[in-house]
Amino acid sequence: MNRWIIALMLGGLLSVGAGAEPAATIELSPYCPPGFERVASNNCELRSLYQQYPSLQSQGVGGLKTGLPAYRDGFSPQVIDLGRYLFFDPVLSVNGTQSCATCHDPSRGMADGRAVSIGALGEEGTRSAPSLWNLAFQDIFFWDGRAATLEDQVVGPLYSEQEMANTPANLLQTLNGIPAYRDLFQVAFPQSAPDITLDEIYHALAGFEASLVSLNSRYDQYAHGYADALTPPEIEGLNVFRSFVARCAECHTPPLFTNQQIAVIGTPEPDGMSRDVGAMGVTGDASMRGGFKVPSLRNIELTAPYMHSGKYDSLWDATEFYTLGRGHAVPEGEHLYLHWHIWEPELTDTEIDRLVDFMKTLTDTRFAPRVPEVLPSGLSPISAEAFIPGN
Amino acid sequence: MKRLVRWLILPLLFIAIGIGLMQGWYYVFPPKAERVVQSADAELSRNIGGAGSLAVPTLAQGTIHEVRDGDSIQEAVLTAQPGDTVMVYPGTYSETVYIDKDDIVLMGVVEEGEYPTLDGNKELNDAILYSGSDITIDSFKIMDYKGNAIMGQAGNNFVIRNNLVIDTGVYGIFPQFGTNGLIEHNVLTGIEDAAIYVGMSDHIDVRHNEVFGNVAGIEIENTRHALVENNYVYDNAGGILAFITPGLPIKTTYDVIIRDNFVVNNNHVNFAEPGSIVANVPQGTGILVMAADDVVIENNIITGNNSVGIGITDLSLVTDVSKDPGSEPNPDRMVIMDNVMYNNGSDPKGILKDLISVVGRDTGPDIMDTGKGSGKCIADVNRYQTLFLLGADYGVCDRLEYATDGLFTMTLEDMAPTEVKQDVSDADFEKEIGKRAYYGVCTGCHTYSVRMIGPSVKSIQALYFDNPEGIAEYINDPIKKRDDYPEMPPQNYLTEETRMAVAKYMLGVRE
Repeated sequence: MNRWIIALMLGGLLSVGAGAEPAATIELSPYCPPGFERVASNNCELRSLYQQYPSLQSQGVGGLKTGLPAYRDGFSPQVIDLGRYLFFDPVLSVNGTQSCATCHDPSRGMADGRAVSIGALGEEGTRSAPSLWNLAFQDIFFWDGRAATLEDQVVGPLYSEQEMANTPANLLQTLNGIPAYRDLFQVAFPQSAPDITLDEIYHALAGFEASLVSLNSRYDQYAHGYADALTPPEIEGLNVFRSFVARCAECHTPPLFTNQQIAVIGTPEPDGMSRDVGAMGVTGDASMRGGFKVPSLRNIELTAPYMHSGKYDSLWDATEFYTLGRGHAVPEGEHLYLHWHIWEPELTDTEIDRLVDFMKTLTDTRFAPRVPEVLPSGLSPISAEAFIPGN
Repeated sequence: MKRLVRWLILPLLFIAIGIGLMQGWYYVFPPKAERVVQSADAELSRNIGGAGSLAVPTLAQGTIHEVRDGDSIQEAVLTAQPGDTVMVYPGTYSETVYIDKDDIVLMGVVEEGEYPTLDGNKELNDAILYSGSDITIDSFKIMDYKGNAIMGQAGNNFVIRNNLVIDTGVYGIFPQFGTNGLIEHNVLTGIEDAAIYVGMSDHIDVRHNEVFGNVAGIEIENTRHALVENNYVYDNAGGILAFITPGLPIKTTYDVIIRDNFVVNNNHVNFAEPGSIVANVPQGTGILVMAADDVVIENNIITGNNSVGIGITDLSLVTDVSKDPGSEPNPDRMVIMDNVMYNNGSDPKGILKDLISVVGRDTGPDIMDTGKGSGKCIADVNRYQTLFLLGADYGVCDRLEYATDGLFTMTLEDMAPTEVKQDVSDADFEKEIGKRAYYGVCTGCHTYSVRMIGPSVKSIQALYFDNPEGIAEYINDPIKKRDDYPEMPPQNYLTEETRMAVAKYMLGVRE
């Protein structure tokens, strides 16, 4: 379909704004999403087999039977479900063309399948949409680690010119103008005044994001003690993964497969893109130039292309990067403080094959959120694939 | 260049401004302020007087699996159940052995001086990887691997002893993320980083080992409560290191006792991989403390180390890694008791040579401190040649306060738990497990009252209302029962106890 026609249709919807009523009445689920128990206070508490294991200094890094780090839970089912509607609703963007889910699509590993994301206004960003699985267990967000809470994180894409390009005032005006949302916010936040507030929006989105748990992969079955959960080639891959030759597990540490540190590894940018300074842009510290948060490898099979700016199309190529030589992709004249784990492990092609085999055992989307059929705004959910920016 | 600025220019500035270059003597003592008598930090949870666990049970009670030349050790490990012992007889075994279960003893049998030998032929990565707890690895000869001889990822209560480790790549013995461990009576040589590397662990003893011809002999890194005792550490580039390395998820090193060791002639050329942290260690270093806190150095013989006997530095020693705001960079509450030190520093190398030449001398001291950190003390400073930069301030240690005689081990008195302790009855504990499995796994496909992927829990309850055994059995090996539902995947990866617990829990769910 011609994008102009779609834009016109959306424009029409937006112009009637508050008048667009959903076809059916929307009710917030009184039940917690999978993975959570609703306790007496009407809050959803995480339950996981990993809760039976300790971890060193309670940091949630270690080996197979290692517990989780501190995590976010305790949101009410209604808040989480409201967060789900907001997450999938393009009305959150400046022009109604883009929802959170267009870059974090459940059918694409909670990412978007692009090297770098495109914003609501059609502007191309400089970084790859990170997967949102298991955010509840993390305490730094964004590739450059600039946010420390989920609430701080959601503010970023909502108002970034290169992303949803909205403004706080416009967002509030839009949502407060939609009676269905006013009703739902009253259900989720019964103690609050009738007007929707920004903090409520952030809180609901945070609650939804914290509900995206992936801890039931075949790897996890192996970790809990079922030796047959992995095939011999996959176990071979696990052994390469945790070996100090490949050193993958030193940063992609179980059980989350990230140690949540900033690391400078010196991956190349796509052709024509200038060097992303990464964490240095946040801290101003030159030793963090090109430093990015170690991403979790859970569901990594689903989130190609890889690295912060999507340089590699396949897991194989992304893995091969680590054996092509310390600093091999750092342009001349560029000084990076490369992480000491970046060295020359001389992995064989077979070892890379096995590593890829192993990483694919980290796939588990059983608790994937359901895409709403109807949204409170009356707009339709848009998948990553169907997303067409407006202007 | 940065290194030069930090190590040459800054000290020069200090000298120029503070003391004046004409003083003509190489000591750079800080102004003689009051000499505070330091006492031990009350926060230290030292196990004084405790007769600790020394890590794990010895020979387990279970089945013995014998492995002989030509057999596979891994096959035996896969067959073994927790509590079993795998006995390996002399022979050559070229394999990577991984132990992903708890409570296994891997025991080499030495016959007439012949060890069972794990030989990686410089092709295999690691000899032994373990992730289980309560693991013992005893009496192996391990040679020619590329990564490690023995690497642990998160196992608690480990014992690694009586092993001969020769040129196994990056590390020799490397437990990581473990609590309560014992490393003793091992001999290690030819390692391109640390021969014994205790990384991100708690409550570890390293004693009675011989380490020589490595880049670093023994390294305690981002680890708390470690005892390094009675080791023979010679001919390494650096003997014993107590480090905080920035950028790791566990940020501290404190409560480390280094005592009764022979730290002699550690003058091996530094052959570390470029870019590695230990590549920064100057050849000829006896003991190096970097950023670690509450380190006690006592009763060691530290001689013939050509750069320095004991070096104490903040994180500025490593100039080529990203800064980590989470790592406190200064070595605080350093305690140097009485040690025998002589003939150190005769031919300083690397960064130390640069530093030392700045203050107008060409030989290194027994003890050198780059001036950062607070609360440091030396029992008798007059015994040693010292070189203190940038106002390093040492008080006098109170010998009685710091005497470590009463401390026998840093291992825990009771073994470290391998599951989160539940202070509840067995029935309640079973319910807890059932609940975790029900919500953590089952709710992905089943809701209480409506059909999702599988049938509703209500309908399952109707079918099995007083028969949890039936559910436990079914989920282990499901057969297709309902034509209009997809077949259920087997839940056989859950233990029998967990399957029973979740079945019971499922029958009690009410929403």
